[in-house]
Order: sequence, then structure tokens, then C-alpha cells
Amino acid sequence: MTDRLPGFSTLAVHAGAQPDPTTGARATPIYQTTSFVFNDADHAASLFGLQAFGNIYTRIGNPTNAVLEERVAALEGGTAALAVASGHAAQLVVLQQLLKPGDEIIAARKLYGGSINQFTHAFKAFGWNVAWADPDEIESFERAVTPHTKAIFIESIANPAGSITDIEAIAAVARKAGVPLIVDNTLASPYLIKPIDHGADIVVHSLTKFLGGHGNSLGGIIVDAGTFDWSKDNKYPMLSEPRPEYHGIRIQETFGNFAFAIACRVLGLRDLGPALSPFNAFMILTGIETLPLRMQKHCDNAKAVAEFLSTHSAVSAVNYAGLPGDRYNALQRKYAPKGAGAVFTFSLKGGYDAGVNLVSNLKLFSHLANVGDTRSLVIHPASTTHSQLDDAAKVKSGAAPEVVRLSIGIEDKEDLIADLDQALRA
Amino acid sequence: MNHDAYDDNYIRSILNNVKSIAMVGASPVNVRPSYFAFKYLAQRGYDMIPVNPGHVGKELMGKPFVASLADIDRPIDMIDIFRNSSHIMPVVEEALKLSPPPKVIWMQLGARDDAAAEKAEAAGLKVVMNRCPKIEYGRLSSEISWMGVNSRTLSSKRAPIPTQGMRLSLNRTSFSGGQTAASDRAAKNKTETT
Ligand SMILES: Cc1ncc(COP(=O)(O)O)c(C=O)c1O
Repeated sequence: MTDRLPGFSTLAVHAGAQPDPTTGARATPIYQTTSFVFNDADHAASLFGLQAFGNIYTRIGNPTNAVLEERVAALEGGTAALAVASGHAAQLVVLQQLLKPGDEIIAARKLYGGSINQFTHAFKAFGWNVAWADPDEIESFERAVTPHTKAIFIESIANPAGSITDIEAIAAVARKAGVPLIVDNTLASPYLIKPIDHGADIVVHSLTKFLGGHGNSLGGIIVDAGTFDWSKDNKYPMLSEPRPEYHGIRIQETFGNFAFAIACRVLGLRDLGPALSPFNAFMILTGIETLPLRMQKHCDNAKAVAEFLSTHSAVSAVNYAGLPGDRYNALQRKYAPKGAGAVFTFSLKGGYDAGVNLVSNLKLFSHLANVGDTRSLVIHPASTTHSQLDDAAKVKSGAAPEVVRLSIGIEDKEDLIADLDQALRA
Repeated sequence: MNHDAYDDNYIRSILNNVKSIAMVGASPVNVRPSYFAFKYLAQRGYDMIPVNPGHVGKELMGKPFVASLADIDRPIDMIDIFRNSSHIMPVVEEALKLSPPPKVIWMQLGARDDAAAEKAEAAGLKVVMNRCPKIEYGRLSSEISWMGVNSRTLSSKRAPIPTQGMRLSLNRTSFSGGQTAASDRAAKNKTETT
């Protein structure tokens, strides 16, 4: 046994996958089945009682999805993972394990707009309250802690402006408050940032973005770092108390340092139901095999485009953490030295109208509401995703009328720059 | 011996070499972790002996309960202790009186007694603390990967089809990845808060 530590690219190709036991198929098969036969009644009872490892029904687990789960857990350095139908489903399942009505979560104000909606409206209806804090002012997280706080939620690289969060500083606040830190690592991917190394207890992803990477499949995942003691002061009864659903099993006592991932599966996914299709799992797995190659190209292209825009006469400002003068440049060099990601915003001197014009004049960039595709994408938030907000609220959420968001793809950077140049002149 | 993080080869050599396991604190209640582990290890071919004075006269998976280690009629390779940390020392002291003595003392997930470990190691025994042999067997064989667990192992060989009573190969290539930083931090958090 050599026990040499495999590198990130080796794990991206191999972790979790093994030639199929019956056929020897080397690519991970798509187990497109709803259910799995039991050997006998005792085997069935053991599986339902969580006593044995194995498959029952694809809403609870599926062999194709399991390969994806182990692969992302390995890339993030976690103990286990659970794949679900979307990034939003991952957030729902995580918080269901941690919050009961009347509890609170502290969330960074700089989040993907859809997450702000989910927390503000859908979760509010469950009686889960959110206190917003400013990731650029760590004390605002400390001030937001109350006896009802159950978790802190941040993005490693924040959508839409690509700002970099000081994960270690916020992890220290979470540690002091005795609550887990949840990091949405969607825009960084573990190739750029591994939040668990910086103090995260739970990592979530929208696999829809850079991990899948080709804009063809929705998916989400929850990674358990194995670092949090859920039984310490009975704040997390889903993990520490006997579960009536399973005849009195205590999840943490039984499953140790991957208890959180198991709770998400057997109490969250099983009962809420947002299962990932095995076909999508296969597409995302194939995407992950090239994650290191793609992510580096995304970052290199994004930096070249940001540099070009920062010298353009029609542009008033570029927010890209990879640029030397950017306010997040020091954090980028600490947390994401390989690159600042590929999603960022810039501002046009011509304001709202210039934003609308730019989007309609671009020929290679696609105008749509997604990020992390092989293709370069553009959106003018003020006239689309954020159009329902008044001007003051637009500015506060980073979607001022003159702001345009880009997600840079893996095309040739010269072609991207030429397309932006012609659209800015037109 | 570093008891915060074990090398996979250490765990692997124990699980590959022991044949009989006495489980102290085994429970006949089918939602207790000891029941889970007992059943799984029996199905993977280990000769399991349930030890619990409260259940003498009953059986666990067809094996009669014994009251104490001294009541076992054959040599045992490993003692798996399903007791709180505060009850470990007397079990280890009893184990060391056996002839021949066991080769391995294993303390379950959540159980740790460094003084008892030192005593056993001084007598030449191997010690594992705060781990579950079922989880470790499932991880090293990658059988546990069916639940999305990071086995921290890789293999390009065709996977075995696990059937009842079958021993699985534990000899995959290990990598630490998932273990290092996070488990160090978990251990550190524990010391800081206790
Ligand atoms: C940072 C971030 N988190 C979460 C999500 C939600 O993911 P999904 O669309 O897969 O539900 C998105 C989607 O845009 C995102 O950008």
C-alpha cells in the first residue's frame, strides 16, 4: 500500500468511482431505477432500520448519486456528502436539520439573489428568521448573535459581484457562538477555495454552476466537514435526540463524524423529497472530471477580460478581486490564490440605458440568468433579476442601474474581449 | 501512538488480522449502535461474542451472552468496548488478566481513556479509541460509500458484490484528504470546550 496522497485532479477523476461490480463498466453507470430489490426480509429490515449499508429507493440514495457524493466530499475534504435536486434544495435540507420555528440564522447580506428570496420569504413562512450581516464588517455578525441563533451562512465568493469573504474571521464568530458555519462554495468550487480548511462545518453547492460546468443539469450538494459536536448542549435535537422516525436512534451517537450528512439524507431528503435524478448526477460527475482544467481557464479568461474592461473608456468601474487595486485583492490572494473566479460585475458610464444596449449588442455572450457555464454569460440585473426593486434597494444589493454582471466561459479570451469591445462601441 | 488520527494501514492491519471479537456492552435492543455493529461484523465473518451481565441467558444473532470476559471459553483477538469512557479501565484490566491476552483493545465512537490505552499498550496490545469498527470496515472496503461517505480510498479494480457473510478486501489505496484538517479541528474543538 503506497498511501501517497493523490492530488486534486486525481480525486476529481477517481474519487468515489470504481469499475462496476457486475459488468466491469469503467465509466460510472447511470442507475436509472426508482428502487432496489432486497435479498430477504431481514436485509430489508436492516436497510430500513439504518443497520446495513445499501440501497432502498432513489429518493433516499442511488449508486450513481453516491459516486457524486463521495467525489465532492473528497474534493472538499469532508467526511460525507448528500446530493439533492438543486442548490436551493441543499439549503432547505441543511436548515431543516438545524432550525425549528422561532430559531434564527445569521446570513451574509451579500448572497445570490435567489438565496436572499428563499431566506426572506419561503423560510420566514416556516418560522425560521434571518438576521442579515455585512461580510465586510465582521463585527456585524457578532452583534447579530442571539440565544436563538442556530447557524451562520455565507458565500465564499459572493454572487453577483465576486467579492471574497473572510471565512476564517466569520468561522471564529461561529465557534464563539457555538453554532456551525455553513459556506456556499458555488462560485469558488473546491478548486479555488476549500472552506473546511478555513473553519466551515458544512459546505453547500449549487452543482448547476461550475461543478457541473456545462449549463445542462441542475443539482445541489451538502458536504459534512465532520467537525461540529451536535450533542454538546442539545441545541440540535434532530442529531442528538432519539428519533421517533427510526425507533429511537440517535443520529450523532450512531454515525459519529458524518452524522450531519446522514441526518440530511434520512430525515431531510427522505421526508422533503428533493432527490437528484441519476442522469443529472452522471452529467455533473462527467463535468467534475475536468473541473481543475476548466476552472483555471475560467479564471485566466476572467482576469484578462477584467483587465481589458478596466482600461475601457465606456467603463467607470470593474469589481474583480483578481485586479491589484480591488478592495478584495488581499483576501483573494489569501483564500483563492489560483484565481478570483469568473463571475464579476462592472459599471457603465452610460448608466441604465448603456446596460440594456450592451446586453443586446453582444454576439457571443448569452443573455441569461445563470453562471458557471462553459459559455460566457451576461446579465443586466437592474432590468431583469432585480427589476422589482427600487433604485436604493438596487444599489444596496450590488445591482445599481449601471451595473452589468458577467460569467466568463472557457472560449478564447481574444474573442470575448473583441465581442465586448464591439458591443461597447455600438 | 497518536490516538487523534490513525493511519489507515494501522486500522487495516487490525481488521484484516483479528478473527474473534468480544463486544463488551453489546445490546440486544435493535436500535442501539452496539447492535448495529455486532450484526454487521458477524455478517462480515467475524466470530462475535456478546458480553453483558444484564442479558445472560439471552442470545444476540444466535450467540449466547456471557457475563464477563473471563467466561469466554476460547481465545479472543479483540475486545470492542461499548461503554462510556469512565467504565473503560476495569474492562482493560480484566482483559489483561486473560490468558492468552487479546491482541487489540478497541474503544467505541465517543469512548476514550488515555490511561487505559497506555496500560494496554505497555502490555503489547494495539489500541484504537473513539472509532467504530463497522464504520472503519465499511470505509476501508468502500461499502460505506453507498451512503455518500468519503472512504478516503481509491481503486481502479472491479468492486466486489457484497453478499452475506463475505469478507471484503480492505486493501484499497488510502489518501488522507477528508481526515486531516477537519478531524484535527474537531479534536481541537473538543479539548477547547472541555
Ligand atoms: C451562489 C449560489 N448559490 C445557490 C444557488 C442556487 O442554486 P440552484 O439554482 O441550483 O438551486 C445559485 C444559483 O444561481 C448560486 O449562484
